[in-house]
Amino acid sequence: MAEAVLFYLFAIGVLVAGAQVIFRRNPIYGALSLVGCFFFLSGIYVLLGAHLIAILQILVYAGAVMVLFVFVIMLLNLKEAELGEKRLTVWKGLGLAAVVLAVGVIAWKALGPAYPQGVLMQGARRVDNAVLIAGFGGAKAVGRTLYLASILPFEVTSLLLLVAVVAAVVVAKGRI
Amino acid sequence: MDFFHAHQAQHYLVLAALLFALGAAGVVLRRNAIIVLMSIELMLNAVNLTFLAFSRFPLVPNSPMGTFLSGHAAVFFVIATAAAEAAVGLAIVLAVFRTRISVNVDEFDTLKL
Repeated sequence: MAEAVLFYLFAIGVLVAGAQVIFRRNPIYGALSLVGCFFFLSGIYVLLGAHLIAILQILVYAGAVMVLFVFVIMLLNLKEAELGEKRLTVWKGLGLAAVVLAVGVIAWKALGPAYPQGVLMQGARRVDNAVLIAGFGGAKAVGRTLYLASILPFEVTSLLLLVAVVAAVVVAKGRI
Repeated sequence: MDFFHAHQAQHYLVLAALLFALGAAGVVLRRNAIIVLMSIELMLNAVNLTFLAFSRFPLVPNSPMGTFLSGHAAVFFVIATAAAEAAVGLAIVLAVFRTRISVNVDEFDTLKL
């Protein structure tokens, strides 16, 4: 029960903050509400038992990536005229709400019957898949999976980050 | 009414679908390149949420824990890729802003004939 209450709290926070990202005219408000959205999302990750990923979400997304966004927004220093866009009209808002609602209803109706209801039947006994295994989602278990089962993608990711750093410097610097 | 009370995968999947819809709407509707990049981050997070939901509520419950946690490993890679994507994307926005003094994606049309 407590999980359900917390879930709805976090879910409303995620959706409201995510909507702010799109609807705010000034990108700095969008960036700050995106930080809030990531914090609520990490709460949801904790509800899912993914403790390591929740910490990474705050450290990497809210900490590093969003600082980069805010820094670039500050660097561009957009004037009021360059923001340029008209505010969202009532009709646009209504249309968007209708689309989001339709996607939600379709997802609910499509996923509802297709997915087993928390308790699965396996042979003769009922297996409750809502029960967490000890250590699920912790640094040790996820680290074992990362380093044993997917060591090659892990190393390739480090190469990707190196290439991205070099590319970002080359593209943004202009003349080296 | 069981849907609204029990702690189960559908909640998380529907939330992920809504978040993805928000991000897609942002990419289509907004013209500011930075907000388009932030909407892409929203969509990546929706995908992460789906990975974690399927990892927490697996379809085959009695497999060893490592198979569940491959979802967590996938989320780890997505986070790393998203960080790389943000760095390169923002560098491109900066470079384009330097030549065109604009971040409006509708004005970036030199590839059009």
